[in-house]
Formats: sequence, C-alpha cells, structure tokens
Amino acid sequence: MDGLDRFLTTFFNARIFARYLPDMLAGVWTTIWLAAAVIALGLSLGLLLACLRAYGWRLANFFIICFADMGRALPPLVLILIIYFGLPGLGLRVPGPLVLILVLGTVLAAFAEEIFWAGLTSVPKGQWEAGRATGLGFTQTLVQIALPQAARLALPPLVNRVLAISKMTALGSVIGVSEILSVASTAQSFTGSAAPLTMGAIAYVIVFLPLVVLTRLLERRFAWKV
Amino acid sequence: MSRPMLEIVALEKSFGDLKVLRDINLRVATGEMVFVIGPSGSGKSTMLRCCNRLEEPTSGAILIDGKDIVGCSSSALNRMRLEVGMVFQGFHLYPHMNVVANVMLAQIKALKRPKDEARERALAMLDRVGLRHRAETMPTQLSGGQQQRVAIARALALDPKVMLFDEPTSALDPELVGSVLAVMKDLKDSGMTMLVVSHEMGFAREAADRVVFMDGGLVVEEGPPEQIFANPKAERTQAFLSRVRA
Ligand SMILES: Nc1ncnc2c1ncn2[C@@H]1O[C@H](COP(=O)(O)OP(=O)(O)OP(=O)(O)O)[C@@H](O)[C@H]1O
Ligand SMILES: [Mg+2]
Repeated sequence: MDGLDRFLTTFFNARIFARYLPDMLAGVWTTIWLAAAVIALGLSLGLLLACLRAYGWRLANFFIICFADMGRALPPLVLILIIYFGLPGLGLRVPGPLVLILVLGTVLAAFAEEIFWAGLTSVPKGQWEAGRATGLGFTQTLVQIALPQAARLALPPLVNRVLAISKMTALGSVIGVSEILSVASTAQSFTGSAAPLTMGAIAYVIVFLPLVVLTRLLERRFAWKV
Repeated sequence: MSRPMLEIVALEKSFGDLKVLRDINLRVATGEMVFVIGPSGSGKSTMLRCCNRLEEPTSGAILIDGKDIVGCSSSALNRMRLEVGMVFQGFHLYPHMNVVANVMLAQIKALKRPKDEARERALAMLDRVGLRHRAETMPTQLSGGQQQRVAIARALALDPKVMLFDEPTSALDPELVGSVLAVMKDLKDSGMTMLVVSHEMGFAREAADRVVFMDGGLVVEEGPPEQIFANPKAERTQAFLSRVRA
C-alpha cells in the first residue's frame, strides 16, 4: 500500500462510511435539535435578563450579574458532569439531552445577557429622552426604541457566541447523548478506524458552515454601515 | 392676564450640592412665544427639561394648562407629557424606523390612536414641515435641518398644548437654520404656545413676544425683545449681549 492509499483507507473508508451513515444521520438530527433548543433557551433567557437589568432594581441586578459572571466563568463540561453524575446522588436523575440543553442554554444566556446589555448601554440617552418626552412609558421605550437598536449592535457578537456554544453539543458524547461526536467515537472504537471521525467532522461542517457564512454576511453588512 | 398655558412657580433644582435653578418664576400665556437666553451653564436646558420632568425638580410647581406636572404619578406623567412637545438640539430621531414611523410611534403607543389615523396625522404634520415627500426615508438620509423638522412634526402629531425647544438650531449648518426657524414661525402664527431656548437673536426680535434672560439659575430680566436687546436694564444682561454680539 502506498501512502495515499493508506491515508484514504484510514480516513475515508467507503465501506465504513456506508455502514454508519444511518447512525450518523440520526446523530446529525440530534445535534440539530439540541442546538436549536440551546439557542432558543439561551437567547430568550439572555434577552429577558438584559431587559430586566434595564429597570435598575438593585437586588435583581445583583443576581443577574452574578448569574452572568458564573455562567461565563465555569467551563460547561464541569456543570454537565456535576448535574449528570452528581444529582442522581440526591435521587434526581436528569436525562442526558436535558442536562445538555439546560447547561448550554444557561451558559449561552449568560453571554447573551452581557451582549444585549452592552447593546442597551450604547443606545444614546437622547433616544430614551425622545421616547419618554412623547409620553411613552419605560417599558414601551425599552421595547420600541432601545431594544431594536441594541439588537442591531448585538447581532454580530451574538451570532459568534451562538456558534461557539452550539458546537459544544459535542460534550453530549461524555454523557451518552448520541449526537454527531458520540456516534462517531462509538463507531471508531468498534471499527478501530478513524473513518467515522472524518465522517463526524464532515457532518459538523455541513451543520455549522451555514451559520459561519451567515456570520460573515452579517459582519460585512455591519462593516458597510459604519 | 388669563390663566397662563405654562406656569413655572418657585422652581428649584439641584444636582447634589450644585444649585442649578434657584426660584424660577415664569408664565407663558396661550399662544405666546417666549425666548430664553443666557450664558452657558445658567440653567436654561435644566429649566426646560423640568417642564416635562426629564429632570426631576427639587421643589416648586410647573402648571401645564393649570395642572401641576411635578407631583403627579408616573402614569399621569406619561399622559401629561403628551401635552408638552419637546424638540432637542440633537433631534434624536429613531434611526431604526423611517420618517413616518418616527412620527407615528407615540401616537399609536402613547395616544392609542388607530394606525391609519396615526399615519394620516403623521403625513399631515410632515406636510406642514415640508417633508411629506420624504415620509418613507430613513432619518440618517436626511440633512440636519430636515431631521429637526421631522422631530418637530413628531412632537406636533400628539397635539401638544405647549412646545419646548432646546437650542433647536445650534447643531445645524448655517444654511439649514432658516428652514427650521420658518417652521417655528409658522407654528407661532398658528397660535402655538412656545418656550424656546435659543441664541437666534434676529429670530427672537422678529417672532418672540418676550425674551427672558437667565444667569446663575435665576431670571435676571425679562421683557419685549426690543427692550431687552436695545435697552437692557441689568448689568449682567448688557454684559452678556455685548459678548454675544462681539
Ligand atoms: N445631569 C446633571 N448632573 C449634574 N450636573 C448637571 C446635570 N445637568 C446639568 N448640570 C449642570 O447644571 C448647570 C446648568 O446646566 P444647563 O445644561 O441647564 O445649562 P444651559 O444654560 O442649558 O447651558 P448651555 O447654554 O451650555 O446649554 C451646569 O453647571 C451643568 O454642568
Ligand atoms: Mg443647554
């Protein structure tokens, strides 16, 4: 066998590809819905917390800031292991997919809160004053005037963060959630071939490349604006 | 004199230890245009911003058509703000919506006007400031003078009883000032009650009913424009006017 052949059978073995394709498709589907759930939970919770923070209630803000700092400081894997392997000790068994969604969703919420908040604080004071001076209430001004402008500023960093955290669904492989990486490494240990891992990598590219391209488009659009 | 449309009574305002307004008393009759002049830091903007409580007065009363805006609850405040239009030096149009949506927003959300009625009213107000043809434009595509006229239309669309102007032309290139002043003159001629902080002395002479000179948080002198500009009594007024003219 020459080098190229060896390379191809190691990483691109067609028989192994064919055998594990159905499993891999199931894994892709799992990764997609897990990511979708994480994004939905993370963005809505992050947005809600940033809005709440705008009201300036001291106690609430203390907790929001603690939450955001903890969520950003802790490695998600640590939280996942604690909940998945620790809670059963208290008689509480949380299914793997749910652990993954809760932890990653919460971590995304911590980042999203900070990003939305940064957007809100950079809306000029005059915008608020114009709203309030025309008889709009605080909440109306927040929703109608400040948030749309904040969201615009938040969009590029938000998409980047969403991407980074969605990819962490691969951590599901540690707690038996059969997403892409999990399927690939199981197949790898059965076959002793690296081909399933290649397949997994290809699957990730297919799932996440569209998001990356979207980020680029957004960045370009925002570059024009300024 | 009949009941004034806007009456400021014993208004005081401090920022911490800094006493910015000390005992301001001012009455603006219905349909009257009062000009406020004075050196930088004399408290002109603060006084104006107290009139719709963008700045919370430390003490005193501000009566809009007889109703005190100072003591009222936050929902009553939102309703009273509909009666007090404000135009800022920096326009503050909402950059994420087009011109007509800018003029419609508070009509729909605060005044609870039906959408098509709000739109009709918005277009009528834009027509009044000569910008109906730019209704679908985004604010950033407009010149400063045009933006300021849209801001005036946005305030007028709520049918205010009083209009407050804080240096409405100071951020404009000289050649754009005239269009905004023309709109203000037209408003005055239609009977609007207006309190204007501005250093457009020529315009004050031509259009104002009264000129108020403020310094150090006090009304130092007030009177008809001819008198204030030609024969100021107070020394501080004389000093200020000679500095401005120089
Ligand atoms: N939010 C604030 N906090 C603290 N001090 C303030 C605040 N707003 C205004 N001041 C102070 O109050 C004083 C009066 O300010 P104000 O803006 O009313 O003056 P002005 O007459 O409008 O001046 P200008 O002609 O420069 O606009 C100034 O000394 C200013 O520094
Ligand atoms: Mg000022």
